[in-house]
Amino acid sequence: MAHSEIDSAAPAPRRSLLQTLEIDLRLLGMIGAFILVCLVFNVLTDGRFLTPRNIFNLTIQTVSVAIMATGMVFIIVTRHIDLSVGALLATCSAVMAMTQTEILPYLLGLGLGHPLTPWIAIAVGVICGALIGAFHGWLIGYLTIPAFIVTLGGLLVWRNAAWYITSGKTIGPLDDTFQKFGGINGTLGASASWVVGLLALAGALFGLWAARRNKIRHDFPVKPIWAEVVLAGVIGAAILGFVAVLNAYEVPARRLQRLFEMRGEVMPEGFTQSYGLPISVLVLIAIAIVMTLIARRTRFGRYVFATGGNPDAAELSGINTRWLTVKIFALMGVLCAISAVVASARLTNHSNDIGTLDELRVIAAAVIGGTALAGGMGTIHGAILGALIMQSLQSGMAMVGVDAPLQNIVVGAVLVLAVLIDIIYRRRTGAA
Amino acid sequence: MAGQQGEKLVEMDDICISFGGVHAVDHVSVDLHAGEVVGLLGHNGAGKSTLIKILSGAYKADSGEIRIKGAPVKIENPRDARRHKIETIYQTLALADNLDAASNLFLGRELVTPLGLVDDDAMEAETRRIMAQLNPNFRKFNAPVSALSGGQRQSVAIARAVYFDAQILIMDEPTAALGPHETQMVSELIQRLKAQGIGIFLISHDIHDVMKLCDRASVMKNGKLVGTVDVADVTDDDLLGMIILGKPPKAG
Repeated sequence: MAHSEIDSAAPAPRRSLLQTLEIDLRLLGMIGAFILVCLVFNVLTDGRFLTPRNIFNLTIQTVSVAIMATGMVFIIVTRHIDLSVGALLATCSAVMAMTQTEILPYLLGLGLGHPLTPWIAIAVGVICGALIGAFHGWLIGYLTIPAFIVTLGGLLVWRNAAWYITSGKTIGPLDDTFQKFGGINGTLGASASWVVGLLALAGALFGLWAARRNKIRHDFPVKPIWAEVVLAGVIGAAILGFVAVLNAYEVPARRLQRLFEMRGEVMPEGFTQSYGLPISVLVLIAIAIVMTLIARRTRFGRYVFATGGNPDAAELSGINTRWLTVKIFALMGVLCAISAVVASARLTNHSNDIGTLDELRVIAAAVIGGTALAGGMGTIHGAILGALIMQSLQSGMAMVGVDAPLQNIVVGAVLVLAVLIDIIYRRRTGAA
Repeated sequence: MAGQQGEKLVEMDDICISFGGVHAVDHVSVDLHAGEVVGLLGHNGAGKSTLIKILSGAYKADSGEIRIKGAPVKIENPRDARRHKIETIYQTLALADNLDAASNLFLGRELVTPLGLVDDDAMEAETRRIMAQLNPNFRKFNAPVSALSGGQRQSVAIARAVYFDAQILIMDEPTAALGPHETQMVSELIQRLKAQGIGIFLISHDIHDVMKLCDRASVMKNGKLVGTVDVADVTDDDLLGMIILGKPPKAG
């Protein structure tokens, strides 16, 4: 159209290595920061940070916040905020704990350890989370109360609703099957972990291949084949390396011995058993895949980002932004409930302070992961990486022996610094 | 009248809307025929954009009736307007800056795969096809539209309006932000769409645009309709008089 644009039609300048690989520079920066954090703590702890045992712990500690952070991405992308996720987690956890320890066994007479108990409890928790979230969304979308106010109120309401439901008592122990979602109590073992790892690898390779085939079919430019191979190699190494590390974490010999003694058997000489992939991590991976699919490949996800980029344009394009708000907050509620399963199962009980300050961790994870508070920008994998970086900092400092108040001071400073770096990066690259 | 080339597409009859006591549109009636361009003229704040936003579903009229091909219709939101094949190119373009051209073009009407997932590749292919006709120099298919020039953004907004077989097209200051070359392109497009039997409301405060492109012109001032004239029967000065003084042209 304009004359100046004819120039841009000229052959593009030679592309750099990163452009050829089509790797997101910000993602690379975050991975770099994460690796740096790990290496520094590994040196400071004389190699105790990067042991299979600590990596295992780090992973299962991250899951709960990471699950909620994926939902927070949608909320922040649409220019809202949710301050109530920690409180909502507590309410869902309280409801599930009461369902499985009081209502089902005694009121409904199923007794303790009934096989349906954990599943009914989880279903009740998820419905509870979805309803509360949808209610928040309705207040925000239809009654146009700012999300900050609705969820600030929600923080007080649901934190204390949880207290009221349980009379402030710790509720436990939770159902045995339910506890398997917590981490150390539910792992796949070595062989099953390898199977999952290989399946994931096959899925990743298929995804790369399908994307390339699709581009070729539409005559779009594709990256050179060597770039695809490099990318596939990196992804494959990451998946299999992760499984190998978790498989290297073995159940302590004394614990195994106790298990054998409980069954009245004698442990064979040299018997070992690996923990492998925790079920909670599988839950997180499944949620990450589903949420990424929702963000990128569904109309709902497209509308979330369009609304965040320009709410008026979204409305004028015929998108029902009010109903969209209800759906986004309902989804957040469901994710809080799933997080509540993982968090309470990890503790093996529901405690009154479960999820306290999680709202801040979740928001920080999303923001460190590149979600822009101005709306319209954010990724699921970024938020999960953000949660991982936060957790690494926290547990790394705890291992080094940094005082608790200093830990929080550092985490707070890192949050602000991360956003500053992001702002500078966006200004330099000209991204909005 | 010379401008009436086809059947009556749109009649907006006795439309009123007020915001907090201000009568933004006060008993205004306009109509549009197939294959016709009707200019809406007036100062800033005369009510022309507000009137047209009632037709595109962005506002709901307090009173009055809208008829499409003679049948009364209710337009409560932009979705209703789209259902009646009314498309709008807003002055602000109404693009989601963070999304690419294809996502904007299909926003609210995404192409989906049999599984119900958004089919980005198909949408990009369609966008490349339509852009090749509309603006052959357009190349930035994978960049967010915030990275595009004003003219490129305009062509995305235009492509979105014409892709879905619009019968009624509303253009709100389509050339306000464009250079002479791009303005020429929009003029040619209007002629082409007109020949296809599409009715166009063209909002403008540039009299020369209206004299050149429109068959009829409706002039508004302070929320009221001053009058509707055949462009062939009036001079620039007549239109100016209507806009500035709110004076209907001499009869005859």
